[in-house]
Amino acid sequence: MITKEYTITSPQGLHARPATALIRLVKNFISVISIQKGEKITRLNSMINLLSMTIKGGETITIIIEGEDEINAAEALGLFFAEQLKEL
Amino acid sequence: MEKINGTGVSPGIAIVKAFVIKKAEVAVSGILLKGENEVIANVAAFNNAIEVAVNELEVIKLSLAGTDFEILETQIELISDPQIAEDVIEKIQSERKTANDAVIEVIANVVEVFESMDDEYMRARTADIKDIGSRILKHLNNTKTNTARFKPDSIIIADDLSPSDTITMDIKHVNGFATRTGSKTSHAAIIAKAKGIPAVVGCGDSLSTIQNDDVIILDGTSGLLYIDPAEETINEFRLKSEIQKQQSEKLKALKNRPAITTDGKKVMLSANISGAADMDDVHENGGEGIGLFRTELLFMDRTSFPTEDEQFKFYKQAALQSKGKPVIVRTIDIGGDKQLPYFNIPAELNPFLGYRAIRICLDQTDLFITQLKAILRAGVFGDLLIMFPMISNIQEVRAAKNILEKAKEELLAENIPFKANMKVGIMIEIPSAAVTADILAKEVDFFSIGTNDLCQYTLAVDRMNEKITHLYDPFNPGVLRLINNILEQGRKHHIHVGMCGEMAGDPLAALLLLGMGLEEFSMSASSIPTIKNTIINHSEADAKQVYRAVMTMDSSDEITAYLKAQFV
Repeated sequence: MITKEYTITSPQGLHARPATALIRLVKNFISVISIQKGEKITRLNSMINLLSMTIKGGETITIIIEGEDEINAAEALGLFFAEQLKEL
Repeated sequence: MEKINGTGVSPGIAIVKAFVIKKAEVAVSGILLKGENEVIANVAAFNNAIEVAVNELEVIKLSLAGTDFEILETQIELISDPQIAEDVIEKIQSERKTANDAVIEVIANVVEVFESMDDEYMRARTADIKDIGSRILKHLNNTKTNTARFKPDSIIIADDLSPSDTITMDIKHVNGFATRTGSKTSHAAIIAKAKGIPAVVGCGDSLSTIQNDDVIILDGTSGLLYIDPAEETINEFRLKSEIQKQQSEKLKALKNRPAITTDGKKVMLSANISGAADMDDVHENGGEGIGLFRTELLFMDRTSFPTEDEQFKFYKQAALQSKGKPVIVRTIDIGGDKQLPYFNIPAELNPFLGYRAIRICLDQTDLFITQLKAILRAGVFGDLLIMFPMISNIQEVRAAKNILEKAKEELLAENIPFKANMKVGIMIEIPSAAVTADILAKEVDFFSIGTNDLCQYTLAVDRMNEKITHLYDPFNPGVLRLINNILEQGRKHHIHVGMCGEMAGDPLAALLLLGMGLEEFSMSASSIPTIKNTIINHSEADAKQVYRAVMTMDSSDEITAYLKAQFV
């Protein structure tokens, strides 16, 4: 299992567009991938559940990855939060 | 004539007939399924409806680009959301509800969750959720597409507009939107603003009095609607609309246009701000960065110094809203004419020559370190640069940089993320700094010329003394020579030189400064289009000519008369 913390760098947070991109990215992996903010935790396969978390710019979230391809998944998600999110 | 008051979300005036969109209401049947076969059939029907809906969206998507394409991508993700499917199937299987009823209930629940969120953007997403609901139902019940063919060139009157509504409309032929519900972040508002269509949302129930073909005046600036207005009102708004169009077209044409002279010299036009709240204005006017972020606002109107966290939030907000544009943060410039109620500076005979700005910071290092740490931390969220005001010699620059290093060490020890390689610059506003620009250039990454104080100190004129205002003159050859020296030394030592004083926003000075080689003009956001207009209509060669001519003149009278003549 890989657990990693990220800060949301897009000013509007995880609104519809970046949330769509994130859900799509996660679909590429067989690992079970979840996102945690404070007490709330949800699997990253549902837009509704992800949007319900109202993750805002500047907030810190934790990504939890478990499965065969977790190393690749962690790398892709790392790139997403560190680089791609800013442009979304 | 009736008047309806809503929220204006996209400026402009539209005067045409109304087209009213009414949505078919969906109803819960209340039927309970009998037997396992019906349950299986309803689950299958639901899965099939989702599949058909996704396929339909994929097909529409192919014909779209940009924002519309992205909206559909989101719609596809929402419609195929496993949480919705799971909830619907659960209702069919264990509560024996029909697929139709299960979808209506599940969507209603999700809508309720989103409506109760304390985030305006998320509340506005209920329209998207309702939209996917009606899309699923449409396929489930095999109803024909109900997108009414609206009459082109009309004002659309609706309860609310969903992404599928606006995508199927030919937006070019929509003159305005008015919706009963909605807010600044609802889909209709975002689309209207992006496409430049006047729009008013949140009009309330009185909107239902509007019938098809009623003549409407829609004012997206004030948020007002006039139904069947009198001839004279129409004429009045036609005139207003014409004037607005001309002005906004002129400004809009400039907004995304870079400030490049006719012979290809690019300069940077930035804005001066006092907080993140000013940032919208900067983007609106096409500002390419922030040449001066004054931090004093945060220190005013309170009873004690803001903590590191409070400051961090303030700077972070600006960083987040800068859209990646560079932001020069000036460390606190108190003293002089800016006093704080909780920080007692004993009365001085010459406060402008006294204990102020960097002088206070280098003396009370705790206060300084707190601010520097907050700025360094906020640097993670945007392209922040740091700038020290009121520098008069190189020891001050070195001392300030030492304290900056100490701030970094503290953050490192506390394991708090920060931007380690933040660029450091100084304000050049004291004559000694202007004269020794070659010396100071070795220690910093950039200069910013503060013409207001530079002018006051060079000419020994108190800016506040009304009897001598005629002496306060940035076109005084003495001031111009200092500015010229700063720019020359900056070039020689390969460091960026900007200007953040009032002179940078003075149309009369623009050509002269361009000719001197100024790279960044920073001013109040609203001045940017005017200065840009001057830059793009002249050549750098002309500007150099102006500069050479001005440098031979002996008085500011002659100089200003000459500069005015350039605009004829």
